Amino acid sequence: MAEPRIIIVGAGPAGIRAAGMLVAAGLRPVLLDEGQRDGGQIYRRQPEGFTRTPEQLYGTEAARAVALHQSFERLKPQIDYRPRHLAWNVADGVVHTISEGKPGQFAYDVLIIAAGATDRLLPVKGWQHAGVYSLGGAQIALKAQACAIGRKVVFLGTGPLLQLVALQYHKAGAQVVALLDTSPFLKQVLALPKLAARPAMLVKGLRLVGGLMASGMAIHRGVTPVEIHGEAEAGVTGVSVRLASGEIRRFDCDAVGLGYHLRPEAQLADLARCAFTFDAKTRQFWPEIDADGRSSVAGVYLAGDGVRTQGADGAEISGALAACAVLADLGRPVPEAERAALREQGRIMERFREGIAEAYPWPAHLAADLPDDAILCRCEGITVGELREAATEKGADEVNRAKALTRVGMGRCQGRYCGHAGAEIVAAATGVPLEAVGRLRGQAPVKPLPVAAGEVQP
Amino acid sequence: MTEPQRSDVLIIGGGIMGASAAFFLRQRGKSVTLIERGLIGQQASGTNFGNVRRQGRYLPQLPLANRSRAIWGRLNDLLGEDAEFLPSGHLRLAYTEEMAERIEQYGRDARPYGLELEMLSGNILRDRFPFLGPEIRAGSYSPLDGHANPRLAAPAFGRAAKRAGAAIVERAEVLSVEQEGGSFRAQTADGRIFRAEQMLITAGAWGSRLSQQFGEPAPLVVHGPQMAVTEPVPYALEPVLGIATTIPEEIIYLRQVKRGNIVFGGGIRGPASAETLRAYVKPENTLGQLSQITRIVPALRRLNVIRVWSGIESYLPDDIPIMGPSARVSGLHYAFGFCGHGFQLGPGVGDVMAELIATGQTSTPIEPFTIARFAGGATNQTGGHP
Repeated sequence: MAEPRIIIVGAGPAGIRAAGMLVAAGLRPVLLDEGQRDGGQIYRRQPEGFTRTPEQLYGTEAARAVALHQSFERLKPQIDYRPRHLAWNVADGVVHTISEGKPGQFAYDVLIIAAGATDRLLPVKGWQHAGVYSLGGAQIALKAQACAIGRKVVFLGTGPLLQLVALQYHKAGAQVVALLDTSPFLKQVLALPKLAARPAMLVKGLRLVGGLMASGMAIHRGVTPVEIHGEAEAGVTGVSVRLASGEIRRFDCDAVGLGYHLRPEAQLADLARCAFTFDAKTRQFWPEIDADGRSSVAGVYLAGDGVRTQGADGAEISGALAACAVLADLGRPVPEAERAALREQGRIMERFREGIAEAYPWPAHLAADLPDDAILCRCEGITVGELREAATEKGADEVNRAKALTRVGMGRCQGRYCGHAGAEIVAAATGVPLEAVGRLRGQAPVKPLPVAAGEVQP
Repeated sequence: MTEPQRSDVLIIGGGIMGASAAFFLRQRGKSVTLIERGLIGQQASGTNFGNVRRQGRYLPQLPLANRSRAIWGRLNDLLGEDAEFLPSGHLRLAYTEEMAERIEQYGRDARPYGLELEMLSGNILRDRFPFLGPEIRAGSYSPLDGHANPRLAAPAFGRAAKRAGAAIVERAEVLSVEQEGGSFRAQTADGRIFRAEQMLITAGAWGSRLSQQFGEPAPLVVHGPQMAVTEPVPYALEPVLGIATTIPEEIIYLRQVKRGNIVFGGGIRGPASAETLRAYVKPENTLGQLSQITRIVPALRRLNVIRVWSGIESYLPDDIPIMGPSARVSGLHYAFGFCGHGFQLGPGVGDVMAELIATGQTSTPIEPFTIARFAGGATNQTGGHP
């Protein structure tokens, strides 16, 4: 029998660990990655010629980052590594890529998708002004290019990344005007039993909070965002929030980092026709998987933050587990003891993920309460009021219908950044449960496809 | 819920044909119930290219297309909503001398039907439309054709029909239809029963499932159009552009909407399923289209495609629709199987079917579209477009 054609999409922690496990079993996967270099987002490697130390780049996670990068260097000769390859579509057992303007096709028997996550965003009035970035974007600017998003920065939202990026900016010398967290402190206390599933990580988290306290930046928890102020030319000029005390306070700044934890980049799984399921706790749809990462489609496996937001350590474990599932399904020997240990660790990661989700909940009510004149879909310039009107006056009580009538989610980002809030708005306006309001169906291309690609025959 | 509903006319299928028929039947004073399995205008009516094009059509279809074009022109007043109809002109282009001659001949043939086309070539064509690529030899310009937004048109008809008093029943799948004691009866999957004096089947790709219950099956096959759209850029391409060709890979059409995006489609049709209600765009078709749109407008090579989509369209062997009264059952009417060119016709089809149902006749010739042509299983090849 010919060697199975195995493709892994994504060279972050999940993809690299999956590749390692497969190489150890004597297989040679193709690893497609959009990035210039391996490492994914969390362990993103700086461009050639930059000289920051791992400690400066990755803080407490420096050792893990270096370990992963070193594993990858050892793996590289044993895999078919294709950096700068964006997987823009998948159909009929073929991954379609675009690389430096040239289209490519990679047929597979086995596909492991480890496409990572992007910020889960929630609009706030004025978020279309220049100078509003996602937290992930703000972190990448710093990590990749040693740039800050502004001179005076406010971080707004919730989730572990909010705390981490604020501290990283402070340490890098940027002026962090305020850290504004929508989650009440009590939620974080109540989540402690689940967070204690990973004592070392909990300690790191507490140290992070300690570092923030010591930084002297203004920190407010349990806030309600009111508006990002700005002008067409100058961009962001400030942020107003209602503090837990009820007082409305304005913070002057020239940039805002915004984010509400992460959401899986599940478009490829969607195009591969994987089934999705609704998660009531985080109020989102994500692909169905079994404990080892098998999707509903035979031959398609899902790992890392692209399917469940467990973070980097969880991604490494889920990547290795997905590779074990591949080996088992191919009828190859599986490292049983290792798999048993991985599954046990995976359960801990999942418990910790639930703890994080409870400590920093998705504030659905903030979406439902957005004013009519707030821009919802930034790509298409559609307001909250236009979506509400389609939902209530035109019977659009399902998100794809609402998209067809209003264009919400039709632009460049394909609803990545407004889709979750849009669903909440439709649900609240119509009284239809979020689960029935549904999810925006994925449509190719996963990211914009250059027309010029048609001039090059694959 | 099981209470039988009664109306003068029962319409099954809420695409643009059914929705516009409901609207025009209300204008003629008939009580109407329209039953739609999903939502109004969700399938072929909502996912097509959006061409409001007459030129290139099967000539005997031009009277119907002309009637429809007149309605498009007053659609906003009629419906009280904007379906983004833009009478931008339509330019049908040829790469070869042979196709140039063919579109010129079409222009001569179309004139008796009241469709005036302007033949352009060489420098005149290029001066007027400087964005065209060097391979384009000639073009036929139809000044009053244009385009509209398919996502908006059928739902707008549905809402206008509802405001005018039609009962619009969405999310109700009709499983069985029959004639019972001189009237018609339809039963939905959830057990509801609807009755009417007359019935109109406008169920698109699902039309034959219903017509065969009256002994009139139609040889429908389903395909998915392969559509895509670019990011928005300043509005510059006024006419809808389409290539007249006999090579399937070369078939391409594109239009720029006022807000700037360029919508295109064509080439090899994609897979679709009337059972799973899904249609797909094949990635290789998208890439193939990219190489074709830059032949028409080379400047497009600097843009990015942001989205592709498909839908479920139904085709008949002779490439023209089924439209008109049943050949077997009095009071029963059909309008389905529009072979990928129904959007422009939609308002006219609704108007003609309403006239036919209300008065027993129509002033617009529709004889070529009778379902009787499939009665013996025969499939005569009429040939129609592009």
